[in-house]
Amino acid sequence: MNLHEYQARDILRRHGIPVPPGEVASTAAEARAIAERLGGKVVVKAQVHAGGRGKAGGVKLAKTAAEAETHAKAILGMTIKGLTVQKVLIAPAAEIASESYVGIIVDRASQRPVLMVSPAGGIDIEEVAATTPEKIHRLAIDPRYGLLQHQALALGFQLYSDVKQARAAADIMQKLYTAVYAVGASLAEINPLVTTPDGTVQALDAKIAIDDSELERRPEIAALRDVSAEAAAEVAAREAGLTFIKLEGDVGCCVNGAGLAMATMDLVKYYGGEPANFLDIGGSSNPQKVVAALRIITSDPNVKSILFNIFGGITRGDDVANGIVQATKAFPLRVPIVIRLTGTNEKEGIAILERAGFAAVSDMDDAVKQAVAKAKGKAA
Amino acid sequence: MSIFIDHATRLVVQGITGRDGSFHAKQMMAYGTKVVAGVTPGKGGQRFEDTVPVFNTVAEAVHETKANAAVIYVPAAVAASAIFEAADAGLGLIVCITEGIPVLDMTRALPYVHERGSRLIGPNCPGLISPGRSKVGIIPGNICEPGKIGVVSRSGTLTYEIIHQLSTNGLGQSTCVGIGGDPLIGTNFVHCLTAFEADPETAAIVMIGEIGGTDEQQAAEFVKESVKKPVVGFIAGQTAPPGRRMGHAGAIISGSSGTAAEKMTALANAGISVMKRPADVVPLLKERL
Repeated sequence: MNLHEYQARDILRRHGIPVPPGEVASTAAEARAIAERLGGKVVVKAQVHAGGRGKAGGVKLAKTAAEAETHAKAILGMTIKGLTVQKVLIAPAAEIASESYVGIIVDRASQRPVLMVSPAGGIDIEEVAATTPEKIHRLAIDPRYGLLQHQALALGFQLYSDVKQARAAADIMQKLYTAVYAVGASLAEINPLVTTPDGTVQALDAKIAIDDSELERRPEIAALRDVSAEAAAEVAAREAGLTFIKLEGDVGCCVNGAGLAMATMDLVKYYGGEPANFLDIGGSSNPQKVVAALRIITSDPNVKSILFNIFGGITRGDDVANGIVQATKAFPLRVPIVIRLTGTNEKEGIAILERAGFAAVSDMDDAVKQAVAKAKGKAA
Repeated sequence: MSIFIDHATRLVVQGITGRDGSFHAKQMMAYGTKVVAGVTPGKGGQRFEDTVPVFNTVAEAVHETKANAAVIYVPAAVAASAIFEAADAGLGLIVCITEGIPVLDMTRALPYVHERGSRLIGPNCPGLISPGRSKVGIIPGNICEPGKIGVVSRSGTLTYEIIHQLSTNGLGQSTCVGIGGDPLIGTNFVHCLTAFEADPETAAIVMIGEIGGTDEQQAAEFVKESVKKPVVGFIAGQTAPPGRRMGHAGAIISGSSGTAAEKMTALANAGISVMKRPADVVPLLKERL
């Protein structure tokens, strides 16, 4: 789960990291009131889960409160990479002497949290990694001892030659590390970490992603979820206990297991079709999940055929079959359906489907070929 | 022979009285796995299915039954704790089925396990099976046949699909290992390839990877240098969009790294026969055997 910049800034502030003031507004009038309170020049920043906000016109400088209101009016409701801006952050326009990068990710190869710092801040770190990798300094942290003071200070000196600033940066790094474990972050970035003309080190912009597996035990973090920033179908799927990702094709896929779901999408493409979605109904089967899955798939107007690919392990074929039959009683499927069912309780499942007038296929390739043909309006 | 588990495996089931744990404990017993103990705090002294003694702690279970391996079916919130407990009890093999363990918990659990010399398989995995000998986890026994193909995979049901293709075409398996779909796992492709290469009963290896991370690329390097047996590979997620988590916590293309295309190229460059679809596994293996 990605947090908005204003939410990430709040978390940093609560962990003692210096963050310039700033407040979030949902209306242009609120934006004006905040700008008046802050006084002087402000920046108006769109709060959406997308990079490249500046280029898209989602970040504007305002000299007066009235101008902040005008900019907020333009930015609120704007669409950036398919996402509608619902909130703007109003913050003082800081005078910047230098920009650096500080970030912590959980690294798969070393299996540790890795601290990355770079004096090349203010741009995407992936870009720095691609063009000037020598400007990125990395440290794998031993989670038993945490980020040690001398380690942080050594990295602080990679950013600043002034000892006061190096110490300030080191302190920020240690606090960021504490914040990562406190909120369950899989990524926490300060970009840019700036120095102002008077030499103060501050976190100007922040990005935090929370590990979804942390949300159950951290209700206060889960409450930060902004459902308006996500596709409605994906929200509905999550609430039904399904994993769903919408794609651009026309073959609606419903599969048990993430790996098999990906392989099914790939096979649709292999046979000349385009998958409409990724959908994993998960391990333990429940007819209600299947009903919810079919409701989500059929609500996509692009879908021209539905493909079920079920390899029963924990998932039982009869449960899936019952779900399909229940769904067709509750709402029309609208498009042809091809069902591949094998594994646990395969016979029981096929019998249920046949009684309801459906046929089942036992081979994955056959099922995918039929579903692709049906999406193209051909008889299989 | 087989890798990691065989007739000598004496299993303790952590979470044996839970919904998933009890169901799969019965399945493993029916398959012939020596389930010697169960653990559920507060239920010590009971017997599972009138036969298997249940203990309050893993240490007691090991002391009383000489268990040498553990399988974990407890909920995600307490699963890391179950891993610590199994490692503390000195078990050499710990298989964690549980999905949804916070990755930061794993940053602490993994060094703890490794320092004690234990092997962790998973988390978020279907476990492993040495057909006809022992199964630890949830892989359906009825789709497997004893034989000479070693299978290692990051996935669950996709592995069943591949095993099914092998078994119905007369290619039995020495051991099938599901290493798990999380970003931080205890046993990776290289560990399994090393074990299969050393196992005299394994004649060829099937590796099933997916998008995200660089484990498959490292495996490809290892195959090039150190594996003489034929290897056939598959990568799921050729149509996955970047930046989205495809079900498994570890299946995500970050920026431009971890794509299926990049992994398939790495595999091919290492002399691994790369499947375009699961049904290619049998013809490709037959070419190489």
